[in-house]
Amino acid sequence: MLVMDNVVVEVRDLTKVFNGVKAVDNISFDIYEGEILGLLGPNGAGKTTIIQMLLDVITPTSGRIKVFGKNLAKHREEILSRVNFSSAYVSMPHSLTISENMRFFARLYGVRGFEKKIDDLLVSFGIEGEKDRLTRTLSSGMMSRLYLAKSLLNDPRILFLDEPTASLDPDIADKTRRMLKEIRERSGLTILYTSHNMKEMEELSDRIIFINKGHLVAEGSPRDIIERFKEDDLEEVFLKIARGGS
Amino acid sequence: MKAHRIWALVSRHLYLYKRSLPRLMEVFYWPLLDLLLWGFITIYLKGYKENLPGYVTFFIGALILWDILFRSQSGISVSFLEEVWSRNLLNLFVSPLRVSEFLISTMLISIFKVIAISVVSAILALIFYSFNILSIGISLLPLVINLLIMGWAIGIVTTALILRYGQQAEILAWGLAFLFQPVSAVFYPVDVLPGFLKVIARYIPSSHVFEGMRSVIKDGRLPVNELVWAFGLNLVYLVSSIIFFNWIFKIVKIKGSLVKIGE
Repeated sequence: MLVMDNVVVEVRDLTKVFNGVKAVDNISFDIYEGEILGLLGPNGAGKTTIIQMLLDVITPTSGRIKVFGKNLAKHREEILSRVNFSSAYVSMPHSLTISENMRFFARLYGVRGFEKKIDDLLVSFGIEGEKDRLTRTLSSGMMSRLYLAKSLLNDPRILFLDEPTASLDPDIADKTRRMLKEIRERSGLTILYTSHNMKEMEELSDRIIFINKGHLVAEGSPRDIIERFKEDDLEEVFLKIARGGS
Repeated sequence: MKAHRIWALVSRHLYLYKRSLPRLMEVFYWPLLDLLLWGFITIYLKGYKENLPGYVTFFIGALILWDILFRSQSGISVSFLEEVWSRNLLNLFVSPLRVSEFLISTMLISIFKVIAISVVSAILALIFYSFNILSIGISLLPLVINLLIMGWAIGIVTTALILRYGQQAEILAWGLAFLFQPVSAVFYPVDVLPGFLKVIARYIPSSHVFEGMRSVIKDGRLPVNELVWAFGLNLVYLVSSIIFFNWIFKIVKIKGSLVKIGE
């Protein structure tokens, strides 16, 4: 049972306006240490914008973000050195080999004694035999394992994952989910992640935040949310909210 | 063969001309620059007729030095584009990397590129034309440093524009430096330029570098005033370009476009 007493991310009254349109509208939530929090919502709901504001690549219009109790904008460098990110929509230099890419990111995050760390990560993701292969020659399954390996290089305390299983076949997606669960169990890592896969959300998340048109419309465990909306599963809840039935 | 299919392809490209900067540059920018550059070279050659002093040194030396400026600029902007092309930009800026660290790394890459390309150019010039760039002597060093710094400044501005306007501004990585070429007086003295361009050339660091180069080749000495102008202007250019980049970076974060570049 997850004990939710240590807040690692505190979001208050977060708003983002793009060209007069509110992509994120006055959202507040907390993320607790060691939990897997799913950010759920239809396309354009504001999920990715929220993650990117939490990573300081998008500046909020208003509101406050604290990570590890510190203001993100003021302590950017310190905070970002203790978190990491992976996304289906971001890649890595294609012309570098797996080990060259891992070294590059290890240096970027200032990882000490990184050769051993890289070897250990490649072993745990089962790609140690491919370390001299060019990244562009990898299959999507191997690529997703490489992205996850990269995202653990700096022993992050929080991992932000934007649709990590998008574009993966069900088998690889399932393996990726298992890996994430294992990592969480092993290291107590906090994970915030987005997905359109409702089954995945139910299976993986301790808690879900449901966003629609920039608003937070529901928050709780998958079971709580399903019961609150009197539906059979999360997919039905999703359809109900996305079609304006909240 | 069906005309409608050919027309479909032609029209597909014509649509782009309505809103594509690179394609408009093909139509207006390059012909204008070529015309200006070769026009002024012609005027210069016509004026000197057969009495052009050390023309091999003038032209090949100028070409090698111009390449230093261009490679210094492209070293910065192409390094950035490499990150865009490999969809790696977001990975960089969600890391603790600072903008200043990013810019310094691209400057270092441009130094490596400039050294490699200059050595190759210098050797080729020696083999094919018996021209030794080192014959310019120790004066070569401040000239090269100034071209390198000006290239950085243009490269940083180019990168900022690509950050702001995305891939449609990519062409600037290869084109912006050439905007300065006619007024840099690379292959002819500033005197050849008409009045208003002479005034502009005075505020372009590279024009002082090339005037200096010609002076070294002709008289064997580098005029201190040209060097002071070049360093002074370069300081202003570099500081301004860094301020511009930081300003654009803030705008890009507000607009959320950093995450969209390359998509």
